[in-house]
Amino acid sequence: MSTPIIEIRDVSKRYDEGPPALADLSLTVEPGEALAVLGPSGSGKSTLLNMIAGLDRPTEGGVTVAGVRVDELSEAASARFRRERVGMVFQFFNLLDDLTVLDNVLLPAQLLGAGRAAARARAAELLDYLGIDRHSGAYPGRLSGGERQRVAVARALMNRPALLLADEPTGALDTASGAEVRELLTELHADGQTILLVTHDLALADSCASRTIELVDGRLARDERAVTR
Amino acid sequence: MSALGKIVRAGVGRRRLQSLVMVMTTMTAVTASVMAAGLVVASRAPFDHTFGKQHGAHLTAAFDSRRATGSQVAATAHAHGVSAAAGPFPLLSLAVRPQPPAGLAPPPVDPVLSIAGRADAAGGVDDLTIVSGHWITGPGQIVITDGWGPSELLGTPIHLPGVPGDPALTVVGTARSATHTADAWVTPRQIAALTPPGSAPTYQMLYRFTEAGSTAAMTADRAAVNAAAPAGSLRGTQSYLVTRDTANRQTATFVPFVMALGILGLVMSVLIIGIVVSGAVSAGTRRIGILKSLGFTPAQVGRAYVGQALIPASVGTALGLVLGNLGSIPLLSQAEGAYNSGALAVAGWIDVAVPAAVLALVVASALAPALRAGRLHTVEALAIGRTPQVGRGRWAARLAARLPLPRPLSLGLAGPFARPARSATIAAAIVFGAVGVTFAYGLGASINGVQHGLDRDSPGQVQVDPMAPPEATAGGARPTPRKEADPAAVARAIAAQPGTRAYFSSVFTDVHFLGVSDAITAIAYQGDSSWASFQMVSGRWFTRPGEAVVGHRFLQATATRVGDVVTLEGDGRSTPVRIVGEAMTTGDGGMRVLTDAGTLARAGVTVRSGQFSIELKPGTDRARYVAALSAALRPLGVGAQATTGRVSATIVAMDAITAILTLMLVLVAGLGVLNTVVLDTRERVHDLGVMKALGMAPRQTVGMVITSVAGIGALAGLIGVPLGIALHDYVVPKMGDAAGTRIPSVDMSVYHAAQLVPLALGGLLIAVLGALLPASWAARTRTATALRTE
Repeated sequence: MSTPIIEIRDVSKRYDEGPPALADLSLTVEPGEALAVLGPSGSGKSTLLNMIAGLDRPTEGGVTVAGVRVDELSEAASARFRRERVGMVFQFFNLLDDLTVLDNVLLPAQLLGAGRAAARARAAELLDYLGIDRHSGAYPGRLSGGERQRVAVARALMNRPALLLADEPTGALDTASGAEVRELLTELHADGQTILLVTHDLALADSCASRTIELVDGRLARDERAVTR
Repeated sequence: MSALGKIVRAGVGRRRLQSLVMVMTTMTAVTASVMAAGLVVASRAPFDHTFGKQHGAHLTAAFDSRRATGSQVAATAHAHGVSAAAGPFPLLSLAVRPQPPAGLAPPPVDPVLSIAGRADAAGGVDDLTIVSGHWITGPGQIVITDGWGPSELLGTPIHLPGVPGDPALTVVGTARSATHTADAWVTPRQIAALTPPGSAPTYQMLYRFTEAGSTAAMTADRAAVNAAAPAGSLRGTQSYLVTRDTANRQTATFVPFVMALGILGLVMSVLIIGIVVSGAVSAGTRRIGILKSLGFTPAQVGRAYVGQALIPASVGTALGLVLGNLGSIPLLSQAEGAYNSGALAVAGWIDVAVPAAVLALVVASALAPALRAGRLHTVEALAIGRTPQVGRGRWAARLAARLPLPRPLSLGLAGPFARPARSATIAAAIVFGAVGVTFAYGLGASINGVQHGLDRDSPGQVQVDPMAPPEATAGGARPTPRKEADPAAVARAIAAQPGTRAYFSSVFTDVHFLGVSDAITAIAYQGDSSWASFQMVSGRWFTRPGEAVVGHRFLQATATRVGDVVTLEGDGRSTPVRIVGEAMTTGDGGMRVLTDAGTLARAGVTVRSGQFSIELKPGTDRARYVAALSAALRPLGVGAQATTGRVSATIVAMDAITAILTLMLVLVAGLGVLNTVVLDTRERVHDLGVMKALGMAPRQTVGMVITSVAGIGALAGLIGVPLGIALHDYVVPKMGDAAGTRIPSVDMSVYHAAQLVPLALGGLLIAVLGALLPASWAARTRTATALRTE
């Protein structure tokens, strides 16, 4: 059995005096899996994703991603970890509006200090792969929602991350654009990309995820694997 | 509290940093303005008041009595433009020997007084104010100018050793002339009795004119008088403007640079207040939208934001008023000394006008963006949120992306172009900061150079005073009078002492020049003084008797230039003296003559002895030399001492004021940068969150934020340095002029490459220091929180 890419052990997260966002949660994700995290609002889905990305720290327990104890990293080490191991896709794309599509996509490689030629070649490859190469000189504001999310996915994949995190990737899209993104993520998973996606979109979970978990009040309420994929 | 009041209070309280910046900027502006305006007004008022009260003479003229009769001179009262005149008064320059105070020897030389023959203290022009005693009632009496000589002169005799029979006059009073038309007054008949055989007194005329407010007007008035007098009879004149400038000299020296720094502070304040207020409005656009959606009218929104600016500005103004008045105390105390006046204070109207002007500026700065915000459509205001308008600065972002720099730095470099107006304003603020720093550096260097030059008043490393110190006797009895050691014996001892490289003796004495009613201080040198020449503005040091080096004010007062010949009047004799150089000297306001003792001897002025200044051979131990020379001089009753540097209190005060005002300027510029970066960072916090989510490390975040102002700072520094140098080159000569001297080029050329590079980096430093705090705040901001921020 291979080493899990994500290993969460007895993680709890409390904010102030309220109920825990995550309560004694344990979870492992294997390389190549596509895990869909479902649950109602306030169930702890985004908190879980933030823990895995090193954007937040658990109150108790440990989070290991790609062999790295993320919860023990300093801010600088956490940033390096994200650059090298993780790609993130957000519900509202979070593209920088004053940079072109190409510059947005190049950004993670530039933060990593990658060579200029290699980075541009990789960006061109991704833009071509995702069918948005004709927009490389455009600004994000001129693209459709689906196209913007493709740019966000290209940016997330720029440094060949071991793990792709997607937070409601179809949440801000119309039906057609949502279907495009759903198809894209499915293809990525089929190509071997490990994906963890937080979503309310059951269709997305059904089509893309090899495994689905459901959180309720910060606890694991369901953990199912697809029979065939 | 009304809804509007709550909004204003909440706005001030919530934006504490912006409020603090506004307090600081207005405080600086008011402090500097009160000090500057207070000095300007104080430096004018005392003289003008006395001059007006005494109907002071605009022009004091001396006529050669051999070329014009008394009635011809009197007829010049009808010259064009003359509104009133007094005279002619016979005028003599005579050596006097007052009775020395008990226990003290007479001074080494007999001072020379210009003595005017006047029947009355009043006369429509130059009405003398009797300070003590009474006016002359008969022969054998003399009234001397207030402040001359020892304070116990009243009732004592003054001998006139140069007049046959060594007559004595009794001091019956002291008087004050607004323009110091003479040192002493006797009856006209007394002048005739005192005139040495073979000489004749000069005629003095005093004029007031209808137009006398400027140098040009006074030049025209002088020409009119000259035209009305017999040709060649007008030997010299003195304008009241020179006297006024001399009276105002000490405080006036401060005015140019305090004004310069004050104006810099004021302009910076306007800029920073504009940045802060408009920044507060734009950062609060969403808040304005919410206010409007709740029913606030555009006028209420405008009032709310003007109120938010006025509250901290009022606090800053009040603090500045207190600091300005406190800071003026040491400056105005110097003015008190200069005018011999009572306690001076900042004029009341300044304490009203300056705060009113500053607060009006604040309202004006706040009103435009506040009204603009008030007119925004509610939906638009709500939608705009905090991010800059998309599309601005894209070209800069593209250009920066091509630079061979780490991406966070190139992103930072492009940042200012997203908010061009704000960036330009903050750049202007940093420019002013850089101007202030450059100017302050140059000012300090020039002042120190001037101080070094002025130290030539007491040159050499060792001094010997040939006047033996008084010897105290047992039982606390009176000390014995000082005795003069034989100067020749002192000179021989110095020459024989191993380690002596060069020496000379010098003494201060009062002399008179034809056409100048005031006594002029001369430094008479015996021996080779070329090694201790003053810093020269033009010309050269004197090399022989009959040559003199003079101060700038002397040239102005006598309307002469280097190369001209003036007439030195001594004890009934006169001699021509060629002016061979202009030296930097502020002693006596630049009304000073430096010459060989032989020059004075030609005019019958005897210099008895003077202080010896000694230059040592290189490598000589000064302490040992002083001990050895003192031992050699002991039989003569005198000793040697090491020369101590004289630090002018005025220069110390200038250094302190410059440092304080410059620090305030830099502080305000830095606070302006800090405020701007905080605004930018808050506006772009979501983008920062995205970048951090993509893996931007804290160090990279700090780098990006600092770079966003570093480019502006570097550019502003490059612009500010030449402007600061230009300001220095404009202000320092004005200060020299106020002090009565021109500044030698060696003291003006103080900017060299070694200083220019760090000065040019000053703007960058201001920007970086101002950005450090918000940059570290940006680096510490939690990514998840930033991503949630709309």
